[in-house]
Amino acid sequence: MDDRAAIELDGVHKEFVVHGETVQAVRPLDLAIGKGEFFSLLGPSGCGKTTTMRMIAGFEEPTGGTVYLDGRDVTNVSPNKRDVNMVFQSYALFPHLSTYQNVAFGLERKKVAKAEIRRRVGEMLEIVSLTGMEKRSPREMSGGQQQRVALARALVNGPRALLLDEPLGALDLKLRQQMQTELKRIQREVGITFVYVTHDQGEALTMSDRIAVMQAGRIEQLGSPREIYEKPATRFVAGFIGTSNLLDGPAGSVDDGIAVLTYGPGERVLVPVPDGVRPGDPLEVSVRPEKIDLGRDEPATAGGSVLTGVVTDVVYHGTSTNYTVKTAAGADLVVFDQNAYSAEDLAEPGDRVFLTWSAQHSYPIGVR
Amino acid sequence: MTGRRMLYAYTWLVIAWLTLPVLIMIAFGFNDTPGRYNQSWDGFTLKWYGRVFELDELTRALVTSLAVATVTMLVAGALGTGIGYALGRYRFRGSGTVNLVMFAAISSPELVMGASLLTLFVSLGVGPGVVTITIAHVMFCISFVAVVVRARVLTLDRSLEEAAADLGANPWTTFWRVTFPIILPAVSSGMLLAFALSIDDFVVTNFTAGTTTTFPLWIWGSTRVGLPPQVNVMGTLIFLVGVAIAVTTSIRSRPARRR
Repeated sequence: MDDRAAIELDGVHKEFVVHGETVQAVRPLDLAIGKGEFFSLLGPSGCGKTTTMRMIAGFEEPTGGTVYLDGRDVTNVSPNKRDVNMVFQSYALFPHLSTYQNVAFGLERKKVAKAEIRRRVGEMLEIVSLTGMEKRSPREMSGGQQQRVALARALVNGPRALLLDEPLGALDLKLRQQMQTELKRIQREVGITFVYVTHDQGEALTMSDRIAVMQAGRIEQLGSPREIYEKPATRFVAGFIGTSNLLDGPAGSVDDGIAVLTYGPGERVLVPVPDGVRPGDPLEVSVRPEKIDLGRDEPATAGGSVLTGVVTDVVYHGTSTNYTVKTAAGADLVVFDQNAYSAEDLAEPGDRVFLTWSAQHSYPIGVR
Repeated sequence: MTGRRMLYAYTWLVIAWLTLPVLIMIAFGFNDTPGRYNQSWDGFTLKWYGRVFELDELTRALVTSLAVATVTMLVAGALGTGIGYALGRYRFRGSGTVNLVMFAAISSPELVMGASLLTLFVSLGVGPGVVTITIAHVMFCISFVAVVVRARVLTLDRSLEEAAADLGANPWTTFWRVTFPIILPAVSSGMLLAFALSIDDFVVTNFTAGTTTTFPLWIWGSTRVGLPPQVNVMGTLIFLVGVAIAVTTSIRSRPARRR
């Protein structure tokens, strides 16, 4: 047991019985979330992220395993006695109560003195920029404001951890981006552990200290946003987070920690590999689209990976232009080219192009 | 254009159909009739409003009906809310059966219900009277309250109750501070429905009343000797109270202006 952890899950799993069949919603999970950490559970719907969060909140009872909050076993403690608070996807604001009454609800349950409640609610409304809205009822507020009320209502109790279940899902893009920054600011300001459930990889990448990518009830990878993006541990993570180009093949030569996969004369992919990878071992290589350079001329220096191919699609995205290239190696690769310098497209559909990138931008998936 | 005209005609026809009997009842409360026969127009008067409680038997019958309806409303309201909440919120062993029984009680003919209740009370040796009337009324009103409340609970966002629990409320506090205030409009409608069903019930009451006379029973009994205008006055007053409640309810439940 780690006593620096705000939340710790020890072998926690959950089975549901659906139409007489047992479904493993969450497979045995070990997880420690640190104090003051912004931690995201990221995955597609049905991956078990929400169930995991609901077990932390106490709304679902684990089929087995132990949940610790601040080192205390709370596995069988009912939600109203757990020192965590939740922001619901639907906000779940009490429609018959005003903003003030909503935010004061938790403190009133704890029998906090009236004057103290007034002070703390006032403070919290200031943090979420809702001062002056005390008397509004939830339905007189915009989606973004309701979101803030939900946040204030949970945070005002000073929980050991705040659980957020896809809290920005109902907001439009602009507001969502604004609230992402806002959430991060608030988290820094109050210093409380945030556990954030989302299926939006962009959201998770921008806000989190660490991310657990979940699929089919288990954690595929746990790490910092940078690790998850740059070094996807599995094919699933590589595909789920951002756009990824995958190339497979047997390792040709392995020299100085760099394996070379050869696809034809002058066509090769270089990838750094750990010790123990031998020539002939099958490798799966991930390359992010923004790391690849695209050109019509044969590269002068031949230090890195080189592939040739034919452009099949060019899409202008404003900040970048995306090229799809059918390579001689077999795979379709996507290349993002920043529009910072190029006044016009580097290539047109049908053009034969060279794709190059340096060895350290390749990452071998699933090799340890 | 003829289509539009037909729509107008149809609308007014329906409105007339629905309101004409009520308007006739109200009008004849102002009829300056000389005797007990209140069936032809003899000029306008307000005197029946001053003499509304002049007929002791009728007044007593009305008081009985009001008392029965009030008790029915409260008891059926409490029990029906509990059942409706349980049916809307939980799946439990027998919930399907309870659901079925609720609808059976609503849809079974009153005559059957009245006759069987009479048999039941007689075989139990319970003398008919106000108590048996009330028991019978509560029995058939529970279902209406339960059905109305259940419909509301089914559309209730479950996370509201979870949010209350999350904020430290125990189940009891959660129900009274969150669930109940939110389903209150449905509970009130159910209770008003129970009151309305009870106060003018004739069939079941007739079977279970014994020698007790309620407002509808008295009216039925006096139709043969002529209905006094007081009946119209009382009917008008009850109708007005109903309208007043309906209007306030609809004003209060009007959705607030969205920003």
